[in-house]
Amino acid sequence: MAKERKEPKGAKAPRAAPKEVKEATEAKDEKAPKPEAAAPKGDKIKMAIYWGNACGGCDVSLVDLDAKILDVVAIADIMLWPVAMDFKYHDVEAMADGSITATLFNGGVKNDETEHIAKLLRKKSQIVVAYGACACFGGIPGLANITNREGVFDKSYRTTFSTVNPDNVIPQTECQVPEGTLTLPKIHDHVRALHQVIDVDYYLPGCPPVQERILDLVGAVVGFVKEGKPLPPKGTVIALEKSLCEECPRERKEKRIARIVRIHELKDDYKSCLLEQGVICLGISTRAGCSARCIKVNMPCRGCFGPVPGDIDQGASTLSAIASNLDLGQDDLKNTEADIERLVAQVRDPLGYFYRYTLATSLLRYSRGEYPKDSEKGKGGESP
Amino acid sequence: MTHEKDTAPHAGGKYKQVSIDPITRLEGHGKIEIFLDDAGEVKEAYFQVPELRGFERFVIGRPGEEVARIVPRICGVCPVAHHMASTKALDMAFSTKPTPTAEKLRRLMYAGYYLYDHTLHFYFLGGPDFVVGPTAPKAERNILGVIGKVGMETAGQVIKYRSNGQKIIALLGGKATHPVSGLPGGVSKFITEEERETLVALAEGSVAFSEFTLQVFHDIVLKNKSYVDMITDPRWALRTYYMGLVNDKNQPDYYDGDVRVVGPDGKEFLKFKPKDYLKHIAEHVEPYSYCKYTYLKAIGWKGFVDGPDSGIYRVAPLGRLNVADSMSTPKAQSHWKEMRSTLGGGPVHMTLATHWARLIELLNASETLEALVQDKSIVSRDIRAPIGRPGEGVGIVEAARGTLIHHYVLDEQGMMKDANLIVATTNNHAAISLSIRNAAKAVIHKGDVSDGTLNTVEMAFRAYDPCFGCATHALPGELPLEVHLRGADGSVMGTLARDGLRRHPKEG
Repeated sequence: MAKERKEPKGAKAPRAAPKEVKEATEAKDEKAPKPEAAAPKGDKIKMAIYWGNACGGCDVSLVDLDAKILDVVAIADIMLWPVAMDFKYHDVEAMADGSITATLFNGGVKNDETEHIAKLLRKKSQIVVAYGACACFGGIPGLANITNREGVFDKSYRTTFSTVNPDNVIPQTECQVPEGTLTLPKIHDHVRALHQVIDVDYYLPGCPPVQERILDLVGAVVGFVKEGKPLPPKGTVIALEKSLCEECPRERKEKRIARIVRIHELKDDYKSCLLEQGVICLGISTRAGCSARCIKVNMPCRGCFGPVPGDIDQGASTLSAIASNLDLGQDDLKNTEADIERLVAQVRDPLGYFYRYTLATSLLRYSRGEYPKDSEKGKGGESP
Repeated sequence: MTHEKDTAPHAGGKYKQVSIDPITRLEGHGKIEIFLDDAGEVKEAYFQVPELRGFERFVIGRPGEEVARIVPRICGVCPVAHHMASTKALDMAFSTKPTPTAEKLRRLMYAGYYLYDHTLHFYFLGGPDFVVGPTAPKAERNILGVIGKVGMETAGQVIKYRSNGQKIIALLGGKATHPVSGLPGGVSKFITEEERETLVALAEGSVAFSEFTLQVFHDIVLKNKSYVDMITDPRWALRTYYMGLVNDKNQPDYYDGDVRVVGPDGKEFLKFKPKDYLKHIAEHVEPYSYCKYTYLKAIGWKGFVDGPDSGIYRVAPLGRLNVADSMSTPKAQSHWKEMRSTLGGGPVHMTLATHWARLIELLNASETLEALVQDKSIVSRDIRAPIGRPGEGVGIVEAARGTLIHHYVLDEQGMMKDANLIVATTNNHAAISLSIRNAAKAVIHKGDVSDGTLNTVEMAFRAYDPCFGCATHALPGELPLEVHLRGADGSVMGTLARDGLRRHPKEG
């Protein structure tokens, strides 16, 4: 039960980047300098904002700071923010390594170009923040890891209802036209979170991050720049050290679930715990910090803040939390495995519910896919 | 396609290749490849979209009702459009219809979304080219440059109303970016009278703000002869078919209605129910872009040409205002008439006039918004209709950037069996490619590929407010612009790095 869950005290280390995943990445040699070294005296710091395999919602979340964004502009010269302004990459390339104080990077990594820019920004930046659920965990686009590039291409260019493609034309990384050659970047088989590609200093989860937490980040940076306050320890997840259940306004009665109900079938009483009403809700296994926005409009949590502190695999812990809340109408001790299986089978799409935002960083990471991959290395998602 | 580079010399050897990669101030990623002949004139220009995410594949197997919470990540700038198209597809797929209260709340959210999104485009994305100038220093061609021109007081209004649009979405949908309240047969969130009063306060003044923005457009753009010359230059126009959702009076309806298509002559060519879209629209694939191209099936794919014999059509503000017989609100109606009469009376083919059309829609949405919040019946708790047996459903809305189609097939358990998404910008993709080619030919001469000239080429796509995140169901990073000048042997003779990324040769 989430309310009984004791978070390890002082557990500042993030669980966004499980060790075994980190060790599998290729960016170990790109060590970030210590942020403390960057404390400027009076001068403005330099910042960069960039989007990878993202939707643009993270950029919008920054615009949604409204006038408060002036607090950021007051202490920082923004060197790059492609969605809003015509900033130059060659300026970034020309800068000395480490001369950008902080980069906010949103989106995961799914093609050659994004990977190149991520590595470039790592080199130029003292602090890299994985901004938003996609950079932290792969996010919803990470659900593409149930297949691979060929699976995605097959759907998009061959089998969608409205596609007319009798000659089986598939986009190519290099293509001859009468005047010359056109190229496209290579799309990877799988989505990776940012820390699976480069070293990451801080994690700001959420899809997109919420104002309260963005302002925590801004406050930390402003305090650092203006007053020389120390930055949080490397690896900090900028959210709360508890589960979402502890932020939830709904009433919890420690009632057990007799039947799984899908949200569109629910006769909501608008006050009691959605999970206790039978709806799959990830509040129990999701880090707090969003003020329960979805639940306040009567929709269950889908986990965009990632696992609670101390957990490695949000999906696995959701499954075990929910299984332990099932009511099979008899004494727990008499439940057979078949009883439990029958009830759990009512969860029609465990992958889509439990790993909605974290498939790319879960212990599963990706499916082998129904199509042959580019390389037979068996290491999906890595740079081709 | 052949992938061998070392074949016998082809015609391409004669041309210099200029890459604009990426194009900027839009949502998503695109690049432009321009081929110049020996005299520095444009031989051909190609527009490419370099990403694909594959939403149509990975929604399969998910519970139908959950898809409305997944597809908004196609685009974080217009998540409301995807959430709404999805919810409407689910209405049909679950054989239900929203209750009257639920429909009003959805429409209210949608009007708030238009207030936010059209304001964002004019002041942040497309407008800087006019307000600051197409060839102004690149460091000023952005919202800060706009603020410098229009002053802090106006900037405060822009911040306020863009934000109010977002706050309306958040109140009704939980979050402004990626709202969650849409369910088959209704919405999850009812509102209290107190919340309605909050909505009244958020909507208040949006009509006046929209009228003010139209005045800014008149003063800065329409009173400037060089801009008017550019807008009315036939090389910046395309004669295409147009598409948009209309109500029963043939007025644009962003949330619901039938799809109307008019020809280049302005006459109605087609009108169909959303569920019949596959009879009329198909998608074509080219090997050099990850994004597909839609066309009218009745005419067919005839390549990158405009005119009545080509199946290419256009959507977004210009498309919607061209399929309209009138507008649904009085102030927008008077501006619509003014635009039509100023620009020739019939359908407007001038691509850059899309900016004007967009602001008329901003006014239309604001008038709708101010009226909807006054309706006291929206506080009813009757927000959910019963659902029926799962099956197939099509939901069509007008995203800010054009007609958006979500089509789902559910199994008997209501799980996703198949999906098809035709998004706003895909509908405009062929026309955008044409507009870019025409613009390149119009403005690049004697090999002039300076920053200002290339930015002027980029204005061709900015008019459409494209979202290539949507178009490829992907939103990759936007990359900077670089120009390579290549000699006949393909070697790089010079590099004009506007945004200086070095692209590395890709493996074949």
